[in-house]
Amino acid sequence: MSALSITNVTKSFGDNHILKGISLEAEAGEFIALVGPSGCGKSTLLRIVAGLEGADSGEIVAGGRDLTRLVAAERNVAMVFQSYALYPHLTAGQNIAVPLAMRNLTSLQRLPMIGSMLPGQKAIRKDILRQVTDMARSLKIDHLLDRKPGQMSGGQRQRVALARAMVRQPGLFLMDEPLSNLDANLRVHARGEIVDLHRRAGVPTLYVTHDQAEALSMADRVAVMMSGSLLQLAAPEVIYDDPAHIEVAKFVGQPRINTIASRVDADGAVTLGTWRLQPHERLVPGTDITVAIRSEFLSIADMGTPGLPAHIERLEFLGSEVIVYTKLDAIGESMVVKLAPSDARGLVAGKPVTIVPQGERLMVFGADGARLRADLTFTTLLERAHG
Amino acid sequence: MADMTAISIPAEVPRQKAPKPIVPRPIVNVSERHEARVAWMLAAPAMILIVLFIVAPVIAVITLGFTDFELGYSTFKFVGFENYAELFGDRTFRQSLWNTAIYTAIVAPASILLGLGVALLIESETVGRSFFRTAYFLPVASLLVAMATVWQYLLHPTIGPVNSMLAMVGLPGPNWLGSAGTVLYSLSMIGVWQTVGFNMILFLAGLTAIPRDLYSAAEIDGAKSPIDRFFLVTLPMLGPTTVFVTTISIINAVKVFETVKTLTEGGPNKASEVLLFTIYQEGFVYLRVGYASAMTVVFLAVLVVMMFAQYRLVDRKVHY
Repeated sequence: MSALSITNVTKSFGDNHILKGISLEAEAGEFIALVGPSGCGKSTLLRIVAGLEGADSGEIVAGGRDLTRLVAAERNVAMVFQSYALYPHLTAGQNIAVPLAMRNLTSLQRLPMIGSMLPGQKAIRKDILRQVTDMARSLKIDHLLDRKPGQMSGGQRQRVALARAMVRQPGLFLMDEPLSNLDANLRVHARGEIVDLHRRAGVPTLYVTHDQAEALSMADRVAVMMSGSLLQLAAPEVIYDDPAHIEVAKFVGQPRINTIASRVDADGAVTLGTWRLQPHERLVPGTDITVAIRSEFLSIADMGTPGLPAHIERLEFLGSEVIVYTKLDAIGESMVVKLAPSDARGLVAGKPVTIVPQGERLMVFGADGARLRADLTFTTLLERAHG
Repeated sequence: MADMTAISIPAEVPRQKAPKPIVPRPIVNVSERHEARVAWMLAAPAMILIVLFIVAPVIAVITLGFTDFELGYSTFKFVGFENYAELFGDRTFRQSLWNTAIYTAIVAPASILLGLGVALLIESETVGRSFFRTAYFLPVASLLVAMATVWQYLLHPTIGPVNSMLAMVGLPGPNWLGSAGTVLYSLSMIGVWQTVGFNMILFLAGLTAIPRDLYSAAEIDGAKSPIDRFFLVTLPMLGPTTVFVTTISIINAVKVFETVKTLTEGGPNKASEVLLFTIYQEGFVYLRVGYASAMTVVFLAVLVVMMFAQYRLVDRKVHY
């Protein structure tokens, strides 16, 4: 049985369908990244799982418990917010203690002054303090416990928010873009820390982000969402190398995947500029398709080599690689090529060249965006169209 | 150029201390002086206005408090602390000080708590929010002197609707504004009615400034009931607003005058005599400006002490 299963969750605000039937399962201890452009519904899904918002239909089961009808407080989930949502009037230590105090102390015992006079609360408070200190020590923030959020840096606040989420040992971990308020250097560092914490806690985690690099680098599996639908849920390598949908292919990878709109010819072949490609599996003649290939599977050769003639528009030197922006002569489409710096020597803007794709890396998508598996048997460039 | 000279100088010379450049200092001084002049010029209008309208009147009042000046007389002489000595023996003044304290002790807490309650209700309301907001704010915007006649009618012992309603359920209606036992409480009620809307608006502003994420975090952290969330998030986050509302409410309560002047004239038998009304009587009816000024100084001192106490005690705790 899976640790978390979300079944057919829908949500709309008026005519605006935010979630159109999302289903996904997480295994015990799995880290799943929900990624997609803003407005795709990933945050709404997270809030529904947390119990902060109600779903219109569908159900959520975690650890064998049906959470669908429970309020957030009873779900035993932890959430880290983009804004960290620390209580500004409480010190870091008090912030971390809140979930424990809420669970272990009665509302009478929590009252200021009166509460500290009630019997039995002393031992509980002592225990809470011990847990808070342990948690703070393991996150290396024990020196910050007496500070208020206003006196801490972004990175420190983020750790306090993590500590507050982890201290109660939740059954499910939810993170809503927890790194996007950090500066770029810290963010890359924090990625590793969160993954590390996740390993240690072993709790299934849903991690919402709009940053595809973050999703690919951190998650066991990545769920790509677009306008309320889950397009693909798979391991990062599969998402990158074998996308199931053109939108997934476009969203993931930097620079963006090259796409060329085309149409299947009467004989089932595909014309790409001056080149015709022959798929082994038959495509339906006359259908619109999109051919896509990632920039690292293109190479640049001198004019006259078999391939697609193009002109270089500009070059971007990124240190370990060079991004070459070109325009195909025949159809005017842009093509981005990623090269090792040694292969880019001698290239200048305006130079006419030939782009050579690795045939087995070409992918074909249908008019509805879904992947057509025909490309798996694509052969390399077959014949040169005359004229 | 500096490099070239350094090279041409014999080896031991650079070890000596280079002579201090003398040119830059005067330039800094001139620009500093210029900046200071501009600063004074920019601050001058505000400073002149503050002196003219705040500092000078306060000094005038304090000075007059040590004189026997009466309006209409062309001369006056300094009498030292005579006015203050008279104040402490003055039964009317002591009565009005006591009445003002009672009035404030009722109106300030009641209008703060009710204002907060109404603001919370309106905030959680989705339908008719602006209607309720306007309705509660109406007493603030209305002219109190005009509304006083309405209250006079409402609380009239024989023809007033309040007593008619009490009579319907068989309760004897008191003479709200006419008896010494109830007049101060009736005025307090009107005072609360008038202040709640203002406090509500301030609390509403404070409530909208609370980040929604905090409520989400509170829910997830186990604050199940709205009451838990109120004590975990709302109340502490309203801290600065509450300090401000408390300050304003106390000042407004201590300054009560219009209802007393229009409805009771301090009566019956000085049962509703309040500070500002007593000052008004002394200064503008009996024309004893010196004596009224002494009262005003006491009045100001009370307010200033209260504000200081409040800021020292509370302010440090509510700001984060």
